[in-house]
This record gives sequence, structure tokens and C-alpha cells, in this order.
Amino acid sequence: MSTELLAWLLPLPPLLVFIFIILFTNRYKAFSHSIAISAALLSWLGSMVIFIRAIQTEHLGANPFTSTINWIPTGDTWLQIGVWIDPLSAATLFFVGWTVLMIFLYSIGYHNFGQPQGDHDQKGLQPHGATVADEHGHKHIVPSIEPMYSRFFAFIGLFAFGMYTLVVSDNLLTLFVGWEIMGLCSYLLIGFWYQKPTARAAMIKAFLTTRVGDVFMLLGIAYLYSSIGSLSYSDIFKPETLQILAETPAIGGILGLSAAGMIGTLLFIGTIGKSAQWPLHVWLPDAMEGPTPVSAMIHAATMVSAGVYMVIRMFPLLSAGSEHGLLTPPMMLMSVIGAFTAIFAATIALAQNDIKRVLAYSTISQLGYMIAALGIGAYVAAAFHLITHAFFKALLFLGSGSVIHGVEHGVLHTGEHVDPQDMFNMGGLRKKMPITFITFLIGGLALSGFPLFTAGFWSKDEILADAFGHGHWVVFIILAFAAFITAFYTMRQITLTFLGESRTESAHHAQETPWTMTLPLIILAVFAIGLGWFGISEEFPVIGGIIPNYVHEFIGSTLEEMPEALPFNIWPLVVSLVVALGGLTLGWLVYRNQKEGAEDPLIVALGPVHTLLKNKYYFDEIYDRIFVRPAYWISDTFTNQILDQGIIDGLLHFIARIASSVGGILRNYFDKPIVNGFGDFVGEGVKKVGRNLKIIQTGRVQQYLIMALVLAFGAMFYFVFTFLQR
Amino acid sequence: MIPLSWYLIFAASLFCIGLYGVLVRKNAIAILLGIELMLNSVNINLIAFWRYRDPEGIAGQAFAIIVFAVAAAEVAVGLALIISIYRRRATVVADDINLMKW
Repeated sequence: MSTELLAWLLPLPPLLVFIFIILFTNRYKAFSHSIAISAALLSWLGSMVIFIRAIQTEHLGANPFTSTINWIPTGDTWLQIGVWIDPLSAATLFFVGWTVLMIFLYSIGYHNFGQPQGDHDQKGLQPHGATVADEHGHKHIVPSIEPMYSRFFAFIGLFAFGMYTLVVSDNLLTLFVGWEIMGLCSYLLIGFWYQKPTARAAMIKAFLTTRVGDVFMLLGIAYLYSSIGSLSYSDIFKPETLQILAETPAIGGILGLSAAGMIGTLLFIGTIGKSAQWPLHVWLPDAMEGPTPVSAMIHAATMVSAGVYMVIRMFPLLSAGSEHGLLTPPMMLMSVIGAFTAIFAATIALAQNDIKRVLAYSTISQLGYMIAALGIGAYVAAAFHLITHAFFKALLFLGSGSVIHGVEHGVLHTGEHVDPQDMFNMGGLRKKMPITFITFLIGGLALSGFPLFTAGFWSKDEILADAFGHGHWVVFIILAFAAFITAFYTMRQITLTFLGESRTESAHHAQETPWTMTLPLIILAVFAIGLGWFGISEEFPVIGGIIPNYVHEFIGSTLEEMPEALPFNIWPLVVSLVVALGGLTLGWLVYRNQKEGAEDPLIVALGPVHTLLKNKYYFDEIYDRIFVRPAYWISDTFTNQILDQGIIDGLLHFIARIASSVGGILRNYFDKPIVNGFGDFVGEGVKKVGRNLKIIQTGRVQQYLIMALVLAFGAMFYFVFTFLQR
Repeated sequence: MIPLSWYLIFAASLFCIGLYGVLVRKNAIAILLGIELMLNSVNINLIAFWRYRDPEGIAGQAFAIIVFAVAAAEVAVGLALIISIYRRRATVVADDINLMKW
């Protein structure tokens, strides 16, 4: 099969699975997950074939695998859609294929397949456990199967379809379609347990917040289309087109932006929403309300990666007009927002106790890294970090899900009322859940950039080296500091969760999760380590050059001009070593002796700052005051009271009043006197006449006869008289 | 030959007697008898006019016979009604039979 055809077919299996499960196999849980996994496997296989063919093809960046079809007629021309496989999309397919497949597999174990039905489980609520009796007649509470098991696989199937569509598409329009499908799916999946009020709030929040970004992105797409009449990458990335866009001033000449700058900024705002950058980051932590595989899906494999993928894809446009290493306005914006988000989210993660929320903020922070990297022009480093992050963050999320699952098992076993997601209720899990521990440790070390053997180190080091090498000092210092905090909170998380002694009975009774959950962890852990070795700078001392820097060569070739590999410099390396190891050590030292019920040492160390961090800089509250409540107020005052109740209802009432008074007049002056009057007159008249005439009805035959005689005589006289007068 | 007017006077007297009987008698049977008298006075008129005015035709005789038949039927129905009322109310006084009063 040709690569182009393969790329066309790639998104199809998950979509078919979605339709099939929804329509036919919703009742059959085992069958539903079987076809879902098969579809993920097919798409994975297709992705791998495409990836392998892509790395074997010379000059793929200049001659990507592409094919187009006509879609919508636009006058004389056609709006074309198609597929586009260049090194960047091939590399993205690589991590999407793997992580999606792993997440599908993991979901089987996570949703307790093979466990009995719950005693009181309801659709739309988390399973609460089932009581089973063993052979001795002892009753145990064990985890119960998710009531909406098949539905979950249908949704993540649609989600995977959205992501594959986005990656293989050759134009911004189908990219946007995939983008929005994922928006819908994140809404459906975050609110998967829709009977929980918090889940409902989170789903709406996620949908509305990303929608803010999407509107701007759509504006950018529309502007781009009106400027060059095409949305295909092949048209957009032509040097002539980019030059024209860079030289045309934007509509209205806002801030002296060029058309390219304006479009780039608008598209980037889409990414701010999708990849949860400040100030639209608020939805992502709340999205933790969904099942954990969904968190992994949203925060690692697909949705947030899609945002970064889009800006990396649009990099030629974003950087159009840049000369002599000067940053264009969109790039400037990206580096500012990215760096700020990186440090901002990292500090919040310090004060979170929920194991998944820490990861959520670390995701925001790491996405900030990528955005900042792209902002300073570190194209390859950003893409490299995107890929490695997808793997280790999927690993961490799935690992945290495994931890929660294990602790939940303990909670059900002991019947304690503790939050199975609070890290302060854990501890000592390394002995209970060894596979989860090792893999989580690998993921955590990769996240904090543990030197030399984790993938995260190499990608993060490359970003720092780039920032240093091109003299972006502010970005460099901020990112380095963020890396330090990242290492610290990661070690805090690992120490609180796995090291030390169990702080609750539940943690003491935690259990390793089934193989469907641990196998994905092991596979992802392999990538979290091994992937970095293909991106080692060739000038790196001692080990540089043993494996060529494939990542740089491959992904760099996507661009028209291959970015130059940076000369090696010792300082960023030293900094990244110091911050990673320093953060890890400090985190371990602070939390290694955490006792049951003791408060977080950070509360003492940071004082009021801790409260500020704990409450996420009060962004939720601020947005509530600035946007949510005014929106409610406006909708209540203007829409409800003035427009709806005042104008619309007023108009209706006015018409009703007129109709009612016209009706009243007709009734009082026509219907009642004339129509009714005539009817009554006839009836009453007949009645009156009858009443008056009844006295002659005596019932006596002879009187009747007399009357007849009298009348007969009268008639006779009348005729005789008239006859005589003639 | 007796002039026609005698017959007419006789018939008129008979009619008046019958009418008087119908109007003043209480007994229903007597009222019925009065009606018979009135019908027969009409018959006398018919026959008299036929005999004096149109002896060749048969219309007068035919009418007289029809009146007989009607009278016979009327008596049959009338007597049956009176018997029926008598059985029910043990009276044949016309004034007491006022079921048709309003």
C-alpha cells in the first residue's frame, strides 16, 4: 500500500470503532474493547509503517508524501483537502501511535474489566466496589467494573480519530476539524462520570475555555484564507507567500503587525487555549475529574500536544519576516507566554497534594517549555521535547492512575474514608507496587531531566542550550529555575507516594495493578529512557556522536532551511545538571521523613506564599469575578430581564392585550346583544307563546269541540260577510 | 212528492240534536251516539241532494256508503277506547277523562 493511501486510511479504524460501538456493541463489553484495541493496533501499525518509510526517505522535508482531493467547490476552484507526511508529522505519528495504543490497553485494566458488577454502581458515577464471598464465606469488597465500559472505548476511539486526522492533514481546515473533534471528546470524557457535579463543572469549563482560543484560531484561519486563498501547507509555506505575508501590514495596522504576525498571533491564541498556556490554563487541572486514561490522553498523547504540534507546524509562518535572529512579534509573544507559564505552573505544582493535579500543572509547565523553545526559534528542541514529553507524561499519568487504583483497592479493603488521590495518604508503595514504582520513577526522572540516561534530560537540555546559545538570557534563567522547581516537586511526589512508610491503612493494603495496566507502563518507560539517545548533540563530550543526532537531522529537515546544530557549550549543561540533581536531592531531603498526619514542610518554609500557590494564585476566583459572574449578571440583567422578560415578553403581552380587548369589544357589542339576543328572543318567544296558549289545553273533549264550533262559526260569518260585500 | 227542503230541515234538526248531545252529555257513549246522529244527518243530505238533483249519477250513494263505513269504523275504535278507559279508571264520564290537560 502506498504511503499516501496509508495516511488517508490512518484515522479511519478508531472512527469506525466509535460508530460501531455506539450503534451495535454497546452491551458487549469484551467485544467493544476488543474492536477498540484492534483499531488502535491498526492505526499504530499504519503509523509505524509510515514512520519507518519516512525515515528511509531522503529529502522528505522538501518532498513530503502528499495527496489531495477536491472537497468543496469555491467558484472556479476547489477547496482541497489531503494528507501530508513530512518528518514532523511522521515523528508525531510515532508518539501518537504508541501512546494511544498504550492508553487503550491500559483502559481495560483501569476500568476493572473482569471484575464483578458493582453492588450499587450507577451510570455516570465511579464504580464503588462489589461484595464477593470467597470459598470460606468471608465477604470482601473488590473493585467493580465501570458501568459505562463500552461507551468509554467509543469516546476514546473518536478522540484518537481526531488526533490522527489532525496529524495527517495537509491543511489548516482539516487540522481544525480534528482539533474541534478532540475538543468535543475532551468535553465528553472529562464529564464521563457526569453525575458528579464537579465533573460537570469541569467539562463545561474545559469546553468553554478552549473555545475562547478556538475562536481566535478560526479568525486566524479565516484571515489566512482571505489573504492567500488557500489553507494547504504546500501553499502557505512557499517562500514567496511567506514573504508577501510578512511584508503586508495587517488589517487595521494594529501594533504595526504584518499579516503574517497577525495570523500567527491569532493561531497561537488557539494553542494557548488548547495547550493550556497562561492565561487560559485554568481548564486543565480541573480536567483531572475524568478517568485517568483520559487525563493521559488529553495531557500527553493528543489534545495538548495538538496545540504545540500546530504551532510547530506553523513555525515558518510564525517566523516569517525574522531577520538576523531577531524574533517576530508572535515569537516574542510565545517566548514570553511560554516561559511565564513554565515557571508559573511549576510553582503551583509545588503546593498540590493530589497526585494527578501535580502532574496536570507539570504538564502546563512543560508545554510552556515547548512554547518558549519555539518562541526563541528552537524548532527541533521544541519538537523533540514534545515527543519525549508525550511519552514520559503518558507514563506518569498512567502510573498515577495505577497508584490511585492500587490505593483504591486498599480503601475498599479497609473501608477507610481517605482520598485515594492525596499523596499524603500514601507512602511506602514501592514495596506494594514495584512495577508501578520503577516505571513511575523513570517517568519522574525523565520529567525532572535526570542527567544522561533519561529522555527528558536530552530534550530539556537542548532547549536550555538553545536559549543560552542564542543569548535569550531571560528565557534561559526562567526555564532553568522552572527546571529546578520541576525536579523538586517531582521528587516530592515520588517520595511522598512511594518512599518511606505507609501513612494510612489503605496505602498499606495497596496492591499491584493487573498486567493490562503495568504492560503499557513498562513499554512507555522504555521510550522515556531510550528516546533521548537519538537526540544527543554530536559535540557532547564523551558520548556525543556514538549514536548520530537523528532527531535533529530528521525533524530539522522539515524546514526549508535546516536549522544549524548549536556549538556545544558547557554552561547550559552545568546548569541543567545542577538544577535537576539539586531539585531532586532537595525534594528527597525535605520529604523523606514525612510522618502520618504531619503537615507539608513547605507550609512552614513558604508561609503565606504557600497559601497563594495552594489556591493557584486565585486564578479561578479572579476569573469567576471577572468573567463568570459578570456573564451571569449580564445574561440575567440584559438577556433575561431586559431582553427576554422586558422586550420579547412585553411585545407578546402587548399583542395579547390588543387581541384580548378587540375580542372583548366584539363580545360585548356584537356577540352578546345581537347573536345571543336573536337566539334568546326566538327561544324565549316560543316559550312565552306556549305558556300563554296552554290554558286552552283543558284536556276536556267537549270544550275543544265548542272551540272548534266557535271558530267554525267565526269563519263562516267571515266568509258570508266578505261574500255579501262583494 | 215531498219537497227537498223538508229533507234538509229534517237533516239540519237531526244534526242539531246530535250536536247538542255531543256538547252536553257527560257519558262518553252518549257523545258517541250524538256523533252517529250527526253523521247520519249528513247521509240524509247526501241522499236527498242525489235524489233531487242528480238521480242518474252514483256519487251521492257512493259518498253515503263511505260515510257508513267510516262511522262503523269510528264506533268500533271509539267504543274500544271507552272500554279501555273504563277498565282503567272505572268511569265513562267525558269530563273526568282529562289526561291531555297541560
